[in-house]
Amino acid sequence: MDTSSSSLSQSQLSQPLPSDQTAALHGQPQPALIRLLQGSRLIKDKLAAASMLFLTIGSSLMIFLIALQLYQRSRPILAMKGLAELLFSTSWRPLRGEFGFFPFIMGTLWVTAVAVIIAVPLCLLTAIYLSEYAPRMVREWARPLVDLLAGIPSVVYGLWGILVIVPLIKNYIAPAFGTFSTGYSVLAAGMVLAIMIFPVIIHVSVEVFGSIPYEMREAALSLGATGWQTVKYVVLRKAMPGIIAAVVLGLSRAFGETMAVLMVAGNVARVPSSLLGPAYPLPALIANSYGEMLSVPLYDSALLLASLILLAIVLLFNILSRLILIRVERNIQ
Amino acid sequence: MELRPHVSIRNLNVFYGNEHALKNITVDIPQKKITAIIGPSGCGKTTLLRSLNRLVDSVDGVKVFGQILVHGQDILDPKIEVTEVRKKMGLLSQKPYPLPMSIYDNIAFGPRLHGLRDKKRLDEIVERYLREVSLWDEVKDRLQAPASKLSLGQQQRLCLARGLAVEPEIILGDEPTSALDPKSSQHIEARFLELKEKYTIVIVTHILRQARRLADYVLFLYFGELIEHGEASEVFENPKEAMTREYIKGTIS
Amino acid sequence: MDRVKKSMNRWKIINRKKIEERIFKCLMVASTLIILAVLLLILATVIVRGLPTLSLAMLTQVPRGGYYLGQGGGVANAIVGSLLVCAGAIGLAIMLSLPTVLYLNVYARKSSPFASFTRFSFDVLWGVPSIVYGAFGFAIMLFFGLRTSLLGGILAVTFLILPIMSRTMDEVVRMVPAELLEISYCLGATKLEAALRVVIRQSLPGLLTAVLIAFGRGVGDAASVMFTAGFTDYIPTSLLRPAATLPLAIFFQLGTPIPEVQNRAYACAFILTVIILMISVGSRLLSRKFTKHNLR
Repeated sequence: MDTSSSSLSQSQLSQPLPSDQTAALHGQPQPALIRLLQGSRLIKDKLAAASMLFLTIGSSLMIFLIALQLYQRSRPILAMKGLAELLFSTSWRPLRGEFGFFPFIMGTLWVTAVAVIIAVPLCLLTAIYLSEYAPRMVREWARPLVDLLAGIPSVVYGLWGILVIVPLIKNYIAPAFGTFSTGYSVLAAGMVLAIMIFPVIIHVSVEVFGSIPYEMREAALSLGATGWQTVKYVVLRKAMPGIIAAVVLGLSRAFGETMAVLMVAGNVARVPSSLLGPAYPLPALIANSYGEMLSVPLYDSALLLASLILLAIVLLFNILSRLILIRVERNIQ
Repeated sequence: MELRPHVSIRNLNVFYGNEHALKNITVDIPQKKITAIIGPSGCGKTTLLRSLNRLVDSVDGVKVFGQILVHGQDILDPKIEVTEVRKKMGLLSQKPYPLPMSIYDNIAFGPRLHGLRDKKRLDEIVERYLREVSLWDEVKDRLQAPASKLSLGQQQRLCLARGLAVEPEIILGDEPTSALDPKSSQHIEARFLELKEKYTIVIVTHILRQARRLADYVLFLYFGELIEHGEASEVFENPKEAMTREYIKGTIS
Repeated sequence: MDRVKKSMNRWKIINRKKIEERIFKCLMVASTLIILAVLLLILATVIVRGLPTLSLAMLTQVPRGGYYLGQGGGVANAIVGSLLVCAGAIGLAIMLSLPTVLYLNVYARKSSPFASFTRFSFDVLWGVPSIVYGAFGFAIMLFFGLRTSLLGGILAVTFLILPIMSRTMDEVVRMVPAELLEISYCLGATKLEAALRVVIRQSLPGLLTAVLIAFGRGVGDAASVMFTAGFTDYIPTSLLRPAATLPLAIFFQLGTPIPEVQNRAYACAFILTVIILMISVGSRLLSRKFTKHNLR
């Protein structure tokens, strides 16, 4: 801007520059004022950068903050019992001071596994159908519908589970296997969870399939592959990292889902013995025990430890899936 | 032809990580002339251009050594305020990138940044620079329309006008016509020939014919090295280096 | 002879191809139908059971004495509570996530380990169950000696939606062409000016969508507000009072043995779904309005 800060060499170098003329035209303020203005802009920029950096560091450390805080609060119970005992004991009698989390950890794993086993094949087939085969009409209607259902609160899914899934298991599925079940069971929770994660997995996978260039499919088709072969050998292979990411997203949701599971899982503090028996996953335990928490000694500490265990499971799982993802991506290249 | 240096590049070296992208470039860029940087793709043309307004800074792992002097001031000096450097250099990129706002606001963006608020004066500036790129008559009735609604050629002229509105001394063009149809390209070229009355212009181009049409001065780069530079007529008619001759004949590309 | 055998073989292969194709196509159509049917059924259940019970009184009144035994009143406490909790959380989360996202995309270098660590940490946070956020919020409240309150609920929901919002916004802002930033720098803009005037403008519709997604997640989540916002029959008058929320209202009403009250739970679910729908449609319309200047 300021071209008048002249040195000898410079005035040799340049004639009066166009900006001098145009500055006159614009009638801009004096250089000193401009410098002041410029200075304040730069200061603003520096300040903003510093505070943004601060916020960024803060939020990237949040996970540690959460873990630390939960650990802090669960120290009383950790001081009383060994971690191994807490994790692997099956006896849950808070009134007698026995806090074994094993049934709950197993409950969480069972329910999540069932949900994934049901949801993944169904969702993948649907996503493939929607993105590769479906007529345009179907696609245009189905996708927004699926997205819409991602927004329905989990309590509603729980409600629906009680209304439909639980009676279904009690009256049809259990008798078909010659056993009795109240319907409130691992299977019910798994099915409800599966339905809840349908929209998540479908949405992401359809997007992943959509991002694969059409030319790739044409290449396979022109080599004489059928539609399904194209999908199997080209599309699925190329989309693998994205599909894994989609499943992980759904799984994360399933691990932590509280209310819907709480409503249909049966909530008996025993290690689940069959699909038709009840389970008591960690989140349900935490939510359910809120009322009694402050009246029984160590109970609050135990519940916060339960949260910490849940957090640890999710973290472990996240890191694991990331490692798998990296490997898969490397294989494709 | 009388040439005064406007920008003096001294021993400029640029590394991307371990890749030596520009090797010891020393050259003067003449004032109020059109300088064309030519050479095969990947030879560092764009890097050289982007060194001039320090956009190379934003590349990861880049290291820049040497000096680029404008009015005796080294713009590579880290103490220098980079926004001021960039303001002096208007950039016209390969594809037009209108800012996500109206035609009017696109032009007014720069002056507003630098503290101009007066509505009447902004109006004057918008009109003046739109006229300068001969876009005014095409858009004067729809200044508030989104800039993205213009045709590509119009967008590129708008971008040129937007750059001019911050009163640069130097216009940098990075293959500014490569995304345009022939007619729009012609339009931009015509503007360049007018604008060199007032501005120093540096363009990167891979179209030799365009360089012949426009350039007063030519730099020929080959794999990061400055092979030859000089007045356009000299370089094109009577190249000193064998490599340049080959390139101009079209044997290497 | 040999020739015949060969062509037989070829036929077999082609046949197998065809059969496989057909089987999988059937499977796909079947699973699509199953999934769509289930999802539609859920929607239908909410509408069929909830709509008849819905009345103006439910929307505008707080629960009267004996409401949970089937007496009169409504769930205005929960509607207002939910909206307050979410509005507060959304506000806080935007104030935290927008600067972070702008920092990551405008100030930080693309491949800086710090930026990728931050993104990874958001990914991890995204997967943290909402009940853990609830417990964390509860632990913090214990620390400050707070009781269940609107403020506590807002904090817990903020934690819950922060990673969702940040990560979604990050994806959106990352799509802004680098050239737009460069152009702004060339016009002499500082990074801050480029971020505020160009980046935000270009990515506004996506940012709105991010806010919407976060809102949908926040308003529907019960586990995080359970310990922190509590439940009450009144509309909160200050930040330190407990606040009711719709998901908890559904949960509690469903827990009663009286059918009328249970039906009200469905009505609440209907209200919640409609709120989410309205926000979704509204944001789509808004984003259409905002995108007219945008580069595509």
